[in-house]
Amino acid sequence: MITMKMNNLDVQAEEGSTILETAKFYGLEIPTLCYNPGLSNFGGCRLCLVEIGEGPRTKLVSSCTYPVEEGLVVHTDTKRVLEARKMMIELMLSVAPYSKVIQDLASRFGVKQVRFKVRNEECVYCGLCVRMCAEQMDARAIGFQNRGFKRKISTPFDMRSPECRLCGACIYICPACQMRCIGPDPETAVCNACLNLDPTCVDVYDELQCWMYDAGRCGTCVREKPENSDSKEQVRDDNP
Amino acid sequence: MQQIEVSEIMSLIKTHPIEKKSLIPILQDIQTKYNYLPGIALTTLSKTLDIPLIDIIGVATFYRSFSLQPRGEHLVTVCMGTACHVRGGPKILEEFERKLHIEAGETTKDGQFSLETVACLGCCAIGPVVVVDGHYHAQTTIRNVVSILKKYKKNEKNDENTQEN
Amino acid sequence: MKTLKKINSIDELNKTVEAEIQRRRSEKRPILTVSAGTCGQARGSLKVIEALENVVEEKNLKDKVKINVTGCHGFCEAEPNIIIHPHNVFYQHVQNKDAEEIISDTILNSQIIERLLYSDHATGETAQKEEDISFYKKQMRLVLGDNSLIDPTEIADYLSIGGYRSLSKVLSTMTPEAVIDTIKQSGLRGRGGAGFPSGNKWALTRGAKGEKKYIICNADEGDPGAYMDRSLMEGNPHRVLEGMIIGAYAIGASQGYIYIRDEYPLALKHITLAIQQAEQLGLLGENILGTGFNLKIHISKGAGAFVCGEETALIASIEGKVGTPRQRPPFPAVRGLWKSPTNINNVETWGNVPIIIDKGAEWFSQIGTNGSKGTKIFSLVGKINNTGLVEVPMGITLREVIYDVGGGIPGGKGFKAVQTGGPSGGCLPKEKLNLPIDYESLTEAGSIMGSGGMIVMDENTCMVDVAKYFLNFLRDESCGICLSCREGTQRMWEIVKNISEGNGKAGDIELLDTLAKAVKDASLCGLGQTAANPVLSTLRYFRDEYEVHVRDKRCPAGVCKELIQYSVLEDKCTGCLACLKVCPSEAITGELKEVHIIDPSKCIKCGACFEACNFDAIQIE
Repeated sequence: MITMKMNNLDVQAEEGSTILETAKFYGLEIPTLCYNPGLSNFGGCRLCLVEIGEGPRTKLVSSCTYPVEEGLVVHTDTKRVLEARKMMIELMLSVAPYSKVIQDLASRFGVKQVRFKVRNEECVYCGLCVRMCAEQMDARAIGFQNRGFKRKISTPFDMRSPECRLCGACIYICPACQMRCIGPDPETAVCNACLNLDPTCVDVYDELQCWMYDAGRCGTCVREKPENSDSKEQVRDDNP
Repeated sequence: MQQIEVSEIMSLIKTHPIEKKSLIPILQDIQTKYNYLPGIALTTLSKTLDIPLIDIIGVATFYRSFSLQPRGEHLVTVCMGTACHVRGGPKILEEFERKLHIEAGETTKDGQFSLETVACLGCCAIGPVVVVDGHYHAQTTIRNVVSILKKYKKNEKNDENTQEN
Repeated sequence: MKTLKKINSIDELNKTVEAEIQRRRSEKRPILTVSAGTCGQARGSLKVIEALENVVEEKNLKDKVKINVTGCHGFCEAEPNIIIHPHNVFYQHVQNKDAEEIISDTILNSQIIERLLYSDHATGETAQKEEDISFYKKQMRLVLGDNSLIDPTEIADYLSIGGYRSLSKVLSTMTPEAVIDTIKQSGLRGRGGAGFPSGNKWALTRGAKGEKKYIICNADEGDPGAYMDRSLMEGNPHRVLEGMIIGAYAIGASQGYIYIRDEYPLALKHITLAIQQAEQLGLLGENILGTGFNLKIHISKGAGAFVCGEETALIASIEGKVGTPRQRPPFPAVRGLWKSPTNINNVETWGNVPIIIDKGAEWFSQIGTNGSKGTKIFSLVGKINNTGLVEVPMGITLREVIYDVGGGIPGGKGFKAVQTGGPSGGCLPKEKLNLPIDYESLTEAGSIMGSGGMIVMDENTCMVDVAKYFLNFLRDESCGICLSCREGTQRMWEIVKNISEGNGKAGDIELLDTLAKAVKDASLCGLGQTAANPVLSTLRYFRDEYEVHVRDKRCPAGVCKELIQYSVLEDKCTGCLACLKVCPSEAITGELKEVHIIDPSKCIKCGACFEACNFDAIQIE
């Protein structure tokens, strides 16, 4: 067992565990988005940042990936952490404004404005869908492609993937598209966001496709319904 | 697009040890041979190295030297390094874009030219630098652009062998 | 290349080195040393070599003069250049038509050709010897200097300047721990950018648990504007190899990798050849020199990703994966390549090792400052007269490098800023010219040492444009994993782009500052953590320039396209039609011998007219 300090509290941590796991054990709340106990740690959303170290050389690290160390000093809610956290939420809202999960985070942490031009992609690249597909469903039908601002999640060649079993696990786990926030219903005081799960693809196809419906990233369900009679769209053929 | 035989791909793959760490060197060889990464090559590679196709696509799209679409016969690379930028590199790129009617990252419709940018070639003293098919052009000016393109359009054999690929 | 005979013992190596040194000394013929690195070649040095060889052939002078083709001499502005021994004459801007004259006048008749000599930009004085040239005077070319002495494709040449003598000393008289101690005491710090004490890193790797250990040479050199690693690999690959072999011995590694970027074909060629030659000679492989020490060095080619200069991303790339960095700890010294302890050092760091072993830690630690020992190679480029690679002792001021070594700004323009550290660094204004160059003072001033890129900017460089340029680079090179870097660089770029196009609004500068600080704090790796530096440093020193763009919609440096206008100066225009002919949008009208006029509604601000005009009649404001 390792001894360290979290928010001035002496804590015992299991060797090989992360700061986040230790914090959870002690009931210390650290917000997360891309973390899921059933999936591998990703460290991409930067919400779970904590400040480690002492004196002038402290730094912010993602608690879901940082391993516990003997004598580590951790603070979960310093001014630096709170400001960074707010900016991360603001950045997420600017690309996925309709996500109830992210709107809730905004309310909780006092993010009241989005000062960037909203670019509604409904995806924050948290990678939960990719990890879900690979690790829990063992399908590996979707993955990260490109890098930097051109980053996307899609199937190989943006075509319908034979590996995809249409299990819907990616939709289930996705924080951005689970529930669409439409604001409070004027007649009641209720938010009503949770009323919506509106897969547009079932208007076009006979079964659920996927949520990556921004053309260029799969986009199966927003493509024109194929003209030919058997109405089967292109599926990738590895043995032409 | 050309028809590529799986056997062709396999013989290329076999010049490397059949292990996961050979992925990038094999992709580099495929890119050099075909001027892009054909889909059939990637699916074959996935089976041979036992790497999920989605991971191979991830690698192929992450690195700039790979292209999933065929590149043009002549590759024009304009250096966009800091030193070349300060010396007017962007204007040279714009002139190429104007003359070729494509944007950086695209290939002309006739498949003759692909226009790319590169972050830095390490020839900052002679900037702005443009490389065409491995030949380095030093201190390019806007006026040079037309003469550079003319050389390759006519397919003239260039004696000046400044650099091999 | 002739097949080389294997050397089986340290004693045999010492004898071979001695023999090669003697061979060099016994060369009686005058030597024409022509630099033919990548930029030398692009400027035509191969043609010059061909011309010289033709003259020698025609005049049957093979036994009277030797032509030595070497790597880069560092003075890129002067390329193609020739150094003639023993006359000790330095000729610059040599063309093939000068070949005949050089051989008949200088070689055969010991006459100097004045027009080929270097002349000082300020005084006009010419200098004949390399050591008298102002570019070289303040340099201390411990690492790069040997480039001008050897043919990089011949290991025998490297031996003839005492090469591999340090390896011999290490294997015969030093334990691995003693080697590490020496490096620690020398104070050598990583030359790749982070400046971590190399001796400490070696000790950590040696002490880490694990049978199999690796060493890696980071030759990715992704910083735009930096090319010293390229020059060293092209011009003296064995220097790097010797450093790596010594390091592997000290650390206990039996496998090594050189990760070299795709964009350096000549460097790749030379290092591959060097490894082959070292293997043939028995300096690499099994039971090196009969000592029981084994080392195999492999080459791994980069595939075009700046982020792969980061050590954990580099490791992932060698393993065949996408180059995404990962959380540290665990550090590569403990858990690196294929989960084994791995020591990664930059090319220049490895290049310093042989000379530290040879001359001793104490000698090395006398050079430089208290915290930063030794020399550093900088690529001095941009708006500077003497463009090239300069190797100077730490502690020299920016002013000395830019004005004394660099010869100042061309065209008599005013100095505005110097950018160091690549996209992770910052821009320093003229108030900082007296700053001594060392790791700590550069970081304190808001920049970093980085790999050594030093880009000089003049009054016609717009700092908003510079920030936009770096952000554009970073948003593309970001690996894309963490939100703060991926989205943060994109949004910073959008704000700066808006400002540069005249669409900046009140509050934009403050938002940029807040966002930059969040990106710096929240990102996972060095790329993201330093991505904010170009913005933060330009805001710190050039905030007024941003404000003029936002408030007045004006670009004082005359760069940001949407905010400038091209016009013809009536009193200077001669009506020569030159600009008219090159204008791609037919925006210029005028007759021969009449003042031309630019129609601003048609002008696309491409700059072609400015370039074409020989009378300085095009005004940009």
